[in-house]
Amino acid sequence: MAARPAQAKKTILVTGAAGSLAKRVIARLHGRYQVIAVDFRQKVETDANIPSYKVDLHKRGFEDIFRNHKIDAVIHIGRFFAHEQDRQRRYNANVLGTKKLLELCRKYFVKQVMIHSTYYVYGASPYNPALLDEDAPLKASEVTQDLVDSVELESLAQIYLWKYPELNITILRPCNVLGPGVRNSMSLLLSRGIAPVLLGFSPMMQFLHVDDMADAIIVAFEQNKPGIYNVAPEDWVAFQEAVTQSGCSKLPIPSIPPVLPKMWSNLLNWNAFFPPYLINYFKYPVIIDGRLFRDTFGWKPRRSLNDIFSYYRKSKLLAA
Amino acid sequence: MAIKDVLRGLAGFSLGESLYRRIVTPEVEAAIEKIPKPVGSFGYDPWGYNENAVKVSLGVTKWLYDHYFRVTANGLENIPANGRLLIIGNHSGQLPMDGVLLGTALATNPHGPRAARAMIERFFPTVPYLGNLLNSIGAVIGDPLNCAKMLESEEVIIVFPEGVRGSGKLYKDRYKLQRFGNGFMHLALTHKTPIIPVGIVGCEETMPAVANIAPLAKMLGVPYVPIAPPFPLPARVHLNFGKPMHFQCNMESEDEVTALVEQVKTEIRRLIALGLEQRKEIY
Repeated sequence: MAARPAQAKKTILVTGAAGSLAKRVIARLHGRYQVIAVDFRQKVETDANIPSYKVDLHKRGFEDIFRNHKIDAVIHIGRFFAHEQDRQRRYNANVLGTKKLLELCRKYFVKQVMIHSTYYVYGASPYNPALLDEDAPLKASEVTQDLVDSVELESLAQIYLWKYPELNITILRPCNVLGPGVRNSMSLLLSRGIAPVLLGFSPMMQFLHVDDMADAIIVAFEQNKPGIYNVAPEDWVAFQEAVTQSGCSKLPIPSIPPVLPKMWSNLLNWNAFFPPYLINYFKYPVIIDGRLFRDTFGWKPRRSLNDIFSYYRKSKLLAA
Repeated sequence: MAIKDVLRGLAGFSLGESLYRRIVTPEVEAAIEKIPKPVGSFGYDPWGYNENAVKVSLGVTKWLYDHYFRVTANGLENIPANGRLLIIGNHSGQLPMDGVLLGTALATNPHGPRAARAMIERFFPTVPYLGNLLNSIGAVIGDPLNCAKMLESEEVIIVFPEGVRGSGKLYKDRYKLQRFGNGFMHLALTHKTPIIPVGIVGCEETMPAVANIAPLAKMLGVPYVPIAPPFPLPARVHLNFGKPMHFQCNMESEDEVTALVEQVKTEIRRLIALGLEQRKEIY
């Protein structure tokens, strides 16, 4: 893309601004672009010239932001994690909220949209081959009802991607994103002193540092090559090894029959870090091929697996 | 308390260590070092192959290879030291001992060791421990995407195109090739991969089966339940590797592909006959 004059800064709306990933994305955009921060959880404290709003994407007030600012691009990171809300409200926020957002993008002639999806959409199954390409079927809803919103959010974004090329939609499907401040299930699990593992199952996994993911979002945004991309490093580790490396003690959970670990999770209220609907992801691998993204955008993660795990090790030592 | 833990740790360590040294001999260690196999920062590859697990299992299978099955391998120099490769052989002996021995021969090949990948049945990943164990020593479920990605990253794959038709056949049918699937030839053509044919002699005699209890097999959901010795007998095994075969074809019809498969089959038949000729005693 050609360089733009400094006075005509693009305006970028970033959702999920209270989250650790969006915060990093905003920090990287700040200065070069006019950023607008949006979150449905809280009004985010930001630097002086970043307008910040607390608003639900699927409620009417959201449109006012588009009325009051000339928005050039949207980076949609915000969503409810499955442990944060019940299924109905999560569906409304994640799926209907995204639909509303994409409609507004069309109505107000937004020229670029980035969607932050997840590798969960592929679904964890014993029949998964490794190194799944972007065109592999999305089988997560086969695994559990609780991931339906992830798959539908994706499908919705994909419909807009093919139907309205002028929106320049890029969908990113990252592997597990970890690091300081990250509140997803995997990060919460590795932050614990004692982490549950399934007896006899240690699937291969991929991990990405949240700073590398923020960099990935920025390069994809700046190069603007619409499409669907897996985002993952060229490195792999077995789940139980990751647990050990993060300084957790393992708590082995009987894995068969399959209903047993789900029961434990429900009974002990492990919804935040070992939820019943993610049990299959602790059992079977979902290894994605990140080559397309790496080659298209010339991006490479700068932090190693050991860098990631050492953060969790150190934070445990500090707490002790 | 702390001292006791340290002592216990030390005892466990030294005992484990001496056993480990007996299994993972310097020879095994050196072979693994020479294998051109890229792995991630913790020694894993995307399919779960793990260097440390491979060392131990190769230590065990190398002992079986040398002292139990007393394998004679010819034509190891035909195996390229680098690049994608399909190893195609005859399958026999109820248990996949032939795959294990082939893998050992390849991993300890003095002309350039390779880490061979084997394709396993789809139910294995659902079995606790066993699924991960098989993955860690290089086996993966036989999915076409797995094969494609492995060949594209220059790996070696062992394929028995007879599948359970070969391994489950009875002793009276020994060394009679069963129907070959065409899948391997499609892989070879699509990914421009040379084929090394191998004739395996001896595995038929490790577990001679007189009958198959089909109804029981059906009930258990396994391919076959043979009436056979309860463990593999120590038959001498002869492996004869042929020269690399290169194929090209526009794949306009499946018949063309079948004709190419027939060429490989003919070569394997020749290599089996060679092995039977070399064999002086069965056990």
